[in-house]
Amino acid sequence: MNIIVCIKQVPDTTEIKIDPVKNTLIREGVPSIMNPDDKGGLELALQMKDKYGANVTVITMGPPQADLILREAFAMGVDRAILLSDRKFAGADTLATSYALAGAIKTLDYDLIIAGRQAIDGDTAQVGPEMAEHLGLPQVSYVIDAERKENGNFIVKKENEDSVQTLEVEGKCVLTVLASAFEARYMTVAGIVDAYNKEVEVWGADKLDVDENKLGLKGSPTKVWQSFPKQLKAPGEVFEVSEEEAVEIIVKKLKEKHLI
Amino acid sequence: MDIKDYKNVYVFAEQRGGMIQSVAYELLGKARDLADALGEKVVAMLLGHNVKDQAQSLIEMGADEVLVADCPELKDYLTEQYSQVVYQMITAGCPSIVLYGATTIGRDLAPRIASRLKTGLTADCTKLEIGIVEETGEKQFRSTRPAFGGNLMATILCPNTRPQMSTVRPGVMQKRVREAGRKGTITMFAPKFDTSKFKVKVIETKMNCKCADDIADAKILVSGGRGVHDKEGFNKLQALADVLGGMVSSSRAMVDAGIMDHCFQVGQTGKTVRPNLYMACGISGAIQHLAGMEESDFIIAINKDKYAPIFSAADLGIVGDLHKIVPMLTERLKKDVEK
Ligand SMILES: Cc1cc2nc3c(=O)[nH]c(=O)nc-3n(C[C@H](O)[C@H](O)[C@H](O)COP(=O)(O)OP(=O)(O)OC[C@H]3O[C@@H](n4cnc5c(N)ncnc54)[C@H](O)[C@@H]3O)c2cc1C
Ligand SMILES: Cc1cc2nc3c(=O)[nH]c(=O)nc-3n(C[C@H](O)[C@H](O)[C@H](O)COP(=O)(O)OP(=O)(O)OC[C@H]3O[C@@H](n4cnc5c(N)ncnc54)[C@H](O)[C@@H]3O)c2cc1C
Repeated sequence: MNIIVCIKQVPDTTEIKIDPVKNTLIREGVPSIMNPDDKGGLELALQMKDKYGANVTVITMGPPQADLILREAFAMGVDRAILLSDRKFAGADTLATSYALAGAIKTLDYDLIIAGRQAIDGDTAQVGPEMAEHLGLPQVSYVIDAERKENGNFIVKKENEDSVQTLEVEGKCVLTVLASAFEARYMTVAGIVDAYNKEVEVWGADKLDVDENKLGLKGSPTKVWQSFPKQLKAPGEVFEVSEEEAVEIIVKKLKEKHLI
Repeated sequence: MDIKDYKNVYVFAEQRGGMIQSVAYELLGKARDLADALGEKVVAMLLGHNVKDQAQSLIEMGADEVLVADCPELKDYLTEQYSQVVYQMITAGCPSIVLYGATTIGRDLAPRIASRLKTGLTADCTKLEIGIVEETGEKQFRSTRPAFGGNLMATILCPNTRPQMSTVRPGVMQKRVREAGRKGTITMFAPKFDTSKFKVKVIETKMNCKCADDIADAKILVSGGRGVHDKEGFNKLQALADVLGGMVSSSRAMVDAGIMDHCFQVGQTGKTVRPNLYMACGISGAIQHLAGMEESDFIIAINKDKYAPIFSAADLGIVGDLHKIVPMLTERLKKDVEK
């Protein structure tokens, strides 16, 4: 079986803070990591490799520095890593990103494609389903478990707001995976050493099965018009008083606001 | 076709198990504002099996027209079945704007449609408006959304392709007051299915929600975090919620700890709530939690750490031990009620 996993390098957004004076994002010192849901997806692929035997390929589209997460993936046990890096990909929204990824995947042999549900920087959760459509494949999103049947079908569990569904998918498909469902394995020491001896393939736009006019900024229907750090609201009053006084302050406010 | 010829605001009226979801009504409320600003119509798309009787309800909540596709293939949500129908409705009607709930269904369906239509989609919006372009005086659809884990807000445009599509988080927009007997058009839509593309089937659906009431509908929420410690701590919050006539909700920490069910979770990966009163007890105020509750009308925080970030989101902050204050407050309010 051949499995392709799409992984993205992201800033660890839990470490991002807002400068309260300048009202800007503080990005210095924020580490770059493999997107958590993608690491979950990679774990699912590696579990399938352990169980059924599989070739696992990781693909990322990004700047040359994204090499780092591909090395990490090698150290976790993947067989092949591809970096899509080209000026022509720059400025892509989710439609153009998913189009480029699909254009790379079309040139490869695969039985299953795994993506993360959502990247913690762009936060849209759109790339997986948009890519599935470009490839004309069925998709299951919010995946928490998947197995392969003898006949090549997949039995997939997905988590909804109020239910867990078990679905059967006929043949090739795209799954988008939740990090919380998969505890990713650690890199092994031998794996880390090995990772730097392996080759990361770097592909430009010319290697892909695409119409170059649909890549990057040109191929992106959405435009970020304005962006601004979230406004913090003016803080209310804070009281550090005895419990009895605290209760009276709360009761008084609740009455004032007609909440009781 | 010229982009000026695309008209009307379409809303995907999500139903689950034959029940129209709250988010559909919230979207209709917003769609009404947008359509009025543009001088266009609001059209709801209702897909399902034996759902057509509910079309009138969508009209009473703001739709001018409802397109109904009612057939057995659409009973349960499945990506391809629903995508084919919504795609056909959109290509037949040429709307300028299409809105979906940012639910597990909406976030599965909308990107699929965007990719099929080769148009733009803005995710998880918290604000939608019709602005005026300064240079030309033209009306422009603007969608604002959080990114970077809620630290950054971005306003997104979709200038050159139609329709312009957005998903909106449940609980963010406001429903209109129901206008009983409001008149509108109900149009039955007969989809043409390409069944060769149906590759997914449902084997089993296990409902896992243990809550009868939805925290997103509560007017008063008493919410607990790690500072509540355990189930017994939540009993104290429940007692307070009972005298206030509200519900108990939770931070993710207590859901991850298995103490509260996920359907009670407030925040980025839980629900967005905007009650009249939100009482955050023993919640630190992480940005992902704030994302789900900061639009509440009045916020009270009780936390023993005076530097807890929740205090900067609160209208009233109390530095102290919730395990003492909450029961005392409950007793005090009970006395008031008895009077
Ligand atoms: C502030 C801001 C707001 C934005 N808002 C929108 C918007 O509303 N609509 C829109 O269309 N675009 C938007 N974009 C652009 C969007 O962030 C980029 O297109 C981004 O490359 C992909 O989107 P994402 O990070 O949301 O990925 P998601 O769709 O959340 O990612 C899902 C999965 O797809 C895979 N994946 C995603 N990107 C890559 C990659 N580069 N390489 C390999 N795998 C990948 C991963 O498996 C990932 O887990 C916005 C950008 C910014 C800066
Ligand atoms: C991608 C992502 C999505 C997330 N989504 C969500 C989400 O949807 N919702 C959510 O809530 N979180 C979410 N989180 C987690 C979030 O970052 C925080 O970890 C979480 O909200 C912390 O929960 P808490 O405030 O209950 O716990 P803590 O941060 O541990 O805070 C406990 C607080 O209780 C106070 N306390 C302790 N004892 C007492 C006492 N006796 N009396 C009064 N106060 C006391 C402490 O001072 C402290 O401030 C998400 C995180 C990530 C990375």
